[in-house]
Amino acid sequence: MNLKIKVWRQKNAKAKGGFETYDIKDVSPDSSFLEMLDILNEQLINEGKEPVAFDHDCREGICGMCSLFINGRAHGPDDDVTTCQLHMRKFKDGETVTIEPWRSGAFPVIKDLVVDRNAFEKIMHSGGFVSVNTGGVPDGNAILIPKEDADEAMDAAACIGCGACVATCKNSSAMLFVAAKVSQFAKLPQGKPEAARRARNMVAKMDELGFGGCTNTGACEAECPKGISISHIARLNREYLKAKIKE
Amino acid sequence: MSLSGLFLMVFLVVHLTVNCFLFAGADAFNTAANFMVTNPIIKVVEPILALGFIIHIAWSIVITIQNMRARPVGYNKLNQGKNSTFASRNMFVLGGLVLSFLAIHIANFYVKIKFTHEVGEAIVDGVAMHDTYTLVTNLFTVWWYVIIYVIGAIFLGFHLSHGFWSAFQTIGFSNDIWRKRLNNIGRAYAVIVAGGFALIPVYFHFVQ
Repeated sequence: MNLKIKVWRQKNAKAKGGFETYDIKDVSPDSSFLEMLDILNEQLINEGKEPVAFDHDCREGICGMCSLFINGRAHGPDDDVTTCQLHMRKFKDGETVTIEPWRSGAFPVIKDLVVDRNAFEKIMHSGGFVSVNTGGVPDGNAILIPKEDADEAMDAAACIGCGACVATCKNSSAMLFVAAKVSQFAKLPQGKPEAARRARNMVAKMDELGFGGCTNTGACEAECPKGISISHIARLNREYLKAKIKE
Repeated sequence: MSLSGLFLMVFLVVHLTVNCFLFAGADAFNTAANFMVTNPIIKVVEPILALGFIIHIAWSIVITIQNMRARPVGYNKLNQGKNSTFASRNMFVLGGLVLSFLAIHIANFYVKIKFTHEVGEAIVDGVAMHDTYTLVTNLFTVWWYVIIYVIGAIFLGFHLSHGFWSAFQTIGFSNDIWRKRLNNIGRAYAVIVAGGFALIPVYFHFVQ
């Protein structure tokens, strides 16, 4: 298939970027979106041009490194997939494909399509962990956890921190990310001792870093490649309220 | 937003209930309206209601500005039709439209009754009271007021269709099961409230 690729080009964080359009020919419908970008980059290198910078790592849909806002949607037109798992058969022959970086004040563009997602790390540092004292490994069955709770915690833990929720939210809110990280511990006994501190600190950090507030549009859940439910946001709101009352 | 919103939603139910007395005739509605005006509880609630509106509006402006600042550079192509509802994305605009309707609505009734006294007197069972029934029915003889009130109700309906569930989600009262329930209750609530408020002008214009 032949495509027109309209892509955001920006030299560095300080430069003023703009769109460039490239023609790309004979792309297999079975190739992944990132493979298509690889082909485009080879073409650009052969023409003596600067290749398009984009983030990627595992290309298996589990690392959370790839991003890209494709044709107006985070991770493109397919549901429940990351960009690396998106295939060219989802596009039409002759189509113009618009590719933009994640747009959020908290995720500044570093180059072309690469954004700085360190803000997520900073939120994690503020409380997205369980403190474990050193010592012998505890017995596997010492703490019993109901299956339903373990399942819900695992569903929240499926978050790969890609930032699609922030990218798609009309407010650039990181609520689904924070909710997933709070929720994965809130249902487990190991997370209980630090629950109040975690909810309070992570929400405070999110606000401090310039993410917007949640207005419950649900766009984050719809675009999340891991299908994380916004019910976790309701749980975060509960945990936060509890923490604030305790304060 | 959520707490003030929930409070205002309770007010809407009370408002619509009193309005329903319009269908029972002049004496019934005037008595109901008079009960609301003379009731000591309402006297206390009235300033709280005004405060509820002010908090809801002022806070919405603050968070809308904050949320707009969170994305200094927007997208060239944005396609959100599939991932969220129209109402959820446009709550501030819909709220602004409801507010403009509210200004007209207050000028039509509240101002005329409380300040300019452009309202007649009715006597029901020997008690003198404002003839608000005639004030309402006279207004809806004007066709373009009917249109304004119906459109106002539609905006309110869209605002509530997202607002109801959203308020519960924000206070943490939701999970995968309750979300569906609250969404359905919210839609039903929006249809009943908006439908009820829209029916009154239409009924009095065409039927009466």
